Amino acid sequence: MQFWIIQGLNSLSLGGLLFLLSSGFSLIFGLMRLANLTHGAFFMLGTYFGATALRSWDGLNIWVTAIGAGIVVAAIGGLFERLVLRRLKTNPLGQVLVTLGMSFIISDACLLFWGGDSIPVPTPQNMQAPTRILGFVFPTYRLVLVGCAIGTAIVLYYLLDRTRLGAMIRAGVDDGQMARAVGIPVSRLFTIVFCLGAGVAGAGGVLGGPILSAYPGLDADMLPLALIVVILGGIGSLLGAFIGSFIIGFIYTFGTALFPELAYIILFLPMIFVLAFRPQGLFGRVGA
Amino acid sequence: MKWIGVALIAGSLLLPPLFAGDFYINLASQILIAAIFALSLNLLVGFGGMTSLGHASYLGVAAYTAALLTTRYGFGHGSAAIISMTATIAMAALFGVIALRATGLGFLMITLALSQVLWGLAYRMSNVTNGDNGIAGLTRPMPFGISLESAASFYWFALIVASFAFAMMAIFVSSSFGSSLKGVRDQPRRMAALGFNPWMIRWITFVYAGFWGGVSGLLYVYYHKYIHPTSLSITGSAEALLGVIAGGSGTIGGPAIGAALVLLLKNYASAYLERWNMLLGLVFLFIVLVMPSGLVPGFSRLIAGLRGGSR
Repeated sequence: MQFWIIQGLNSLSLGGLLFLLSSGFSLIFGLMRLANLTHGAFFMLGTYFGATALRSWDGLNIWVTAIGAGIVVAAIGGLFERLVLRRLKTNPLGQVLVTLGMSFIISDACLLFWGGDSIPVPTPQNMQAPTRILGFVFPTYRLVLVGCAIGTAIVLYYLLDRTRLGAMIRAGVDDGQMARAVGIPVSRLFTIVFCLGAGVAGAGGVLGGPILSAYPGLDADMLPLALIVVILGGIGSLLGAFIGSFIIGFIYTFGTALFPELAYIILFLPMIFVLAFRPQGLFGRVGA
Repeated sequence: MKWIGVALIAGSLLLPPLFAGDFYINLASQILIAAIFALSLNLLVGFGGMTSLGHASYLGVAAYTAALLTTRYGFGHGSAAIISMTATIAMAALFGVIALRATGLGFLMITLALSQVLWGLAYRMSNVTNGDNGIAGLTRPMPFGISLESAASFYWFALIVASFAFAMMAIFVSSSFGSSLKGVRDQPRRMAALGFNPWMIRWITFVYAGFWGGVSGLLYVYYHKYIHPTSLSITGSAEALLGVIAGGSGTIGGPAIGAALVLLLKNYASAYLERWNMLLGLVFLFIVLVMPSGLVPGFSRLIAGLRGGSR
């Protein structure tokens, strides 16, 4: 019983991390029709920033670190969008290739600065003691992480569904040309959404640090999971990214625990299933 | 004029074993392998309009299957090659069915996800694939009893296979099927209205490209006598895609030249600095931003412009 509950919680926390990664990817794709392959690298950059900060200053608050790293990564993303992606507006293939090139540059730069060894990130001290609920023992940090992902989901939902900015973004996702025609500054929204997505991925990287630790190749491990999440949940849909993240979190965690060799093959199955019966994804409206 | 060009290319392909040292002959063999791989990817990218970021899957799976069959299960090279090509074709057929549910960026993302899954599998399933250690101690085949151990003999072998592959792919794209493929790339709805089946045309091309990707994988594993999960990595797919785009996607010979340039760059750059991935990323940015239509079309336009000017 303890096994199932712990693995269930691990699934939830991985799902939470995946949501932080894939929600931005999904939003960027929905609005800009851009498959941002740099997203895994943004996540990894966040993890490395967090690892460095948390190891250099004792007692630094992880939330402050996450927000700080998120802002830095968002700024890098914003510069990239402004300086490079913007020039390729009419060339979607070129955009993908440039994001791929950028991901190579970032991951190699991380290797250059932080070296090839994996850097463990300490769990915040006030969350090291396990929590007991109904006689079961839970690692506190993972519980907090799940709560944090749900909190982010609520904030993003509020932002997209209840604010003026969100209404403009949704208009841009649904029909970019018409949104432009009625005076919505769609190209400024591009920058905002790109920064937002990159920042959430960077902050997610910091929060994922204590579980995953920072190592070269983290981006290559996380990006396919994010791709599978958005293919599964439907590209451009926040709800799809949310549900998809937890489905993949469960499948990957239980797959790794029960059939360690086949975990990667098991990842195929939901993707094949969804593509066979609902190619636009569970909650997708936008055809890819 | 055209024949002079053909003679020059043929001459430059026949010369290396006669004059150059082993290092350059080996480099030329690697270029031939990379050229087959890039040409097969170009069938998808250039002629089919399907940008795949998972082409390393076919190279890697063919190479791994052949390596496992010969080292672990005691198969001969002939039967191992046939089985691994069959496995690669079957995998391409399956991946095609999955990935072609989408087009455009969705297709790209699915091919990338599938190949990353295979890459993860090669790393994690270490009791089969030997994980990060790779599979070493492989041998080269001996077709008709001729040893391929020397650099020159392997070069001739690779040259024969590459010429055959080039001819087969050139015939493929200039056939009537190739025309319908280009039609589906440009106007899928009109082609459907004319009674063609766009999905089937794309799928056949996908499997055919996977087949030649597998052939380059066999040559790859014969050449290196070693296989490692990096051969399945996104870097491998990306290098080939860069070769295709740098050489000019949708031209028949361009990707071969592009692949040669990427390989030379990689070899010479690795001699001086360790940061190949960063350089690869920068070259990606440069090519896409500065020469989006590729080097061959770019230069041929330049030459055409010069000729027009002199007249």
